Amino acid sequence: MKFASIGAHLYLAARDKTENDRIANDISVRAGVSAMAGTFDASDFASHSELIERATKELGGLDGVVLCFGTLGDEDKAQVDASEALATIHQNFTGAVSLLTIAAHKLEAQGTGFIVVIGSVAGDRGRKRNYVYGSAKGALHLFVQGLRARLSKTKVHVMTVILGTVDTRMTWGREGTMFVVPPERAADLIFEAWRKKRDVVYVPSFWRPIMAVVRAIPERIFKHSSF
Amino acid sequence: MNDSASNGAKLPASKRVALAGWGRYPICESDVFRPEKFADLAAVVSSNAHKLIARGAGRAYGDAALNADSRVVDIQRLNRMLSFDPESGILQAEAGVTLDEIIRVFLPRGFFPAVVPGTRHVTLGGSIASDIHGKSHHRESSFGTHVLWFDLMLASGEVRRCSREENSDLFWATIGGMGLTGVILEVAMRLRHVESAYIKGEMKRVANVDQAIEAFERTDQLYGCSMAWIDCIASGGSLGRSVLHVGDFAPREALPQKLRLEPLCAKEKTSPPVPFNLPNFALNSLSMRAFNLAYYAIHRDHPDLVVPYDVFFFPLDSIHNWNRIYGTRGFVQYQCVWPLEESRAGLIETLEAISGSGRASFLAVLKKFGAQDGMLSFPMPGYTLALDFPVTGGLLEFLDRLDAMVLKRGGRVYLAKDARMRPDTFRAMYPKLDAWRAAKAQADPNNHLSSTLSRRLQMDPA
Repeated sequence: MKFASIGAHLYLAARDKTENDRIANDISVRAGVSAMAGTFDASDFASHSELIERATKELGGLDGVVLCFGTLGDEDKAQVDASEALATIHQNFTGAVSLLTIAAHKLEAQGTGFIVVIGSVAGDRGRKRNYVYGSAKGALHLFVQGLRARLSKTKVHVMTVILGTVDTRMTWGREGTMFVVPPERAADLIFEAWRKKRDVVYVPSFWRPIMAVVRAIPERIFKHSSF
Repeated sequence: MNDSASNGAKLPASKRVALAGWGRYPICESDVFRPEKFADLAAVVSSNAHKLIARGAGRAYGDAALNADSRVVDIQRLNRMLSFDPESGILQAEAGVTLDEIIRVFLPRGFFPAVVPGTRHVTLGGSIASDIHGKSHHRESSFGTHVLWFDLMLASGEVRRCSREENSDLFWATIGGMGLTGVILEVAMRLRHVESAYIKGEMKRVANVDQAIEAFERTDQLYGCSMAWIDCIASGGSLGRSVLHVGDFAPREALPQKLRLEPLCAKEKTSPPVPFNLPNFALNSLSMRAFNLAYYAIHRDHPDLVVPYDVFFFPLDSIHNWNRIYGTRGFVQYQCVWPLEESRAGLIETLEAISGSGRASFLAVLKKFGAQDGMLSFPMPGYTLALDFPVTGGLLEFLDRLDAMVLKRGGRVYLAKDARMRPDTFRAMYPKLDAWRAAKAQADPNNHLSSTLSRRLQMDPA
């Protein structure tokens, strides 16, 4: 929506067609830009190349990619069921790797563009409560970090967003969630960071010192904590 | 307790929340769901384990969107605009979209809702469920008049398109039906075309009830919007003295030169928010008396006045959280209407009762209504008076007295503002209740959709 407000045309790709169509309509009506919708599944790797091609064709070019998907999965199940754990990894990490590799290759060839990847504070340290999801996000951070270094000689801007808890269905009714911000606020901050061409940004910024402290706690203590 | 929906979909997470209406009285705990997808909403609605009521922006004053110890589904995240046709002004949008969002998106393009209440922070779903009205009622009638159709999810999870032609009983039972027939998903409504974001009209001080009524009658045909702030403390010969404000959206050429360049962009007016609950004694009969006196005293007659639309329609929205001025005790809004021929007598009787009781209302608003359709819609042709009272000792008994006075003249009280009416009073005030109950029984045979208000007023069919 923030991109649409500056007149950008959008191609939205998501798994749930009904919802995605509605979101695309909403952006078109509110911002008066064209927002197209296509379906895609992060774990269906084979479809990713075609998705990027389709989006480029329909938009008449590709300025950039915002990668914003992820799922907590069933954390309890993922602790004992390898297939659930792998599904979480695929949806959050390998799916992103596949898509980003294809998109980066394309943007690198054209010499300019941007890639924004939404990571998570959960990826900053493995915690007993959500380490499967967290490890996928942590791996994603490293992947994007490397990608940024590789593309540093081009004009492709690669930004990692380390997102804190946002007031969405992912966190609604979940006990012990703290410092929750409304999604509109998170979107504003991400958009602002994109404009400033930041490399890594914590959203909101107060998560940077919090996570610095969390990372600094010795493992010997941290492993017993209830985080 | 069965927590899986009848259609097998997984019930999304809920959160236990203490909720209140805008009047902050009463307060009830509920399990609140806040779906972001239709599939999640369907899972909540068709799970028949508990009573359920939909809630929009929570701007009904009393217990309309409360469900003590049961379930509430907050629809504010289902707020997507789906299409807009600038030719016809028809907007199709989900029920969680607010009038605020509509005004932000469409006023710069020259469109405005035909009916807006005193706040812009209400959802489309809530606007239909309460069949809200505003300063334009004498010309535009209520909100439902401008709704072409809506999709309603019944308690069974089934979705029905309702319009004047299709499922028309359900259409009319849902408009003003307080959310008890189903959950409104999507709405098609007509926006009106406007040339500017300014209201041009007159402001006039009138000295008593008769002059107020005369002023409404005189301006009725001249202006599309009207209201009067009424001093409910004045008595004797000044009983009912008021400041009348009437107007219409100004055509571009009627604006002062400097506003003509950007006629659709009015600067928004905001005041500092009320940061916390004021102490309960802050609003007492003395301070309200002073306010009422001052309000009347500072206003002057303006035969030709141009003001931004938000100053005219939403004066209180500029003070964020204004409901906190009543402190933690909360307040009760009381809005009643009398049939035209009883309005003068009803108004005098009620104002006398208020000034005689020593109670004062901080803000009292008088307005003339026009024609009205519907089963449980509040308006009727006549005069309406809206008051708010802090919740203090003896208030409920006093309001029962006002109820009796309104009822004996064939008037009624507005459900969206009510928190305390008695069921027998309600039954007597709403003569189309039986027709509504028949439609409700068809749409929701097990009374799955139910609220603190519907149980208090015994609205459900037996």
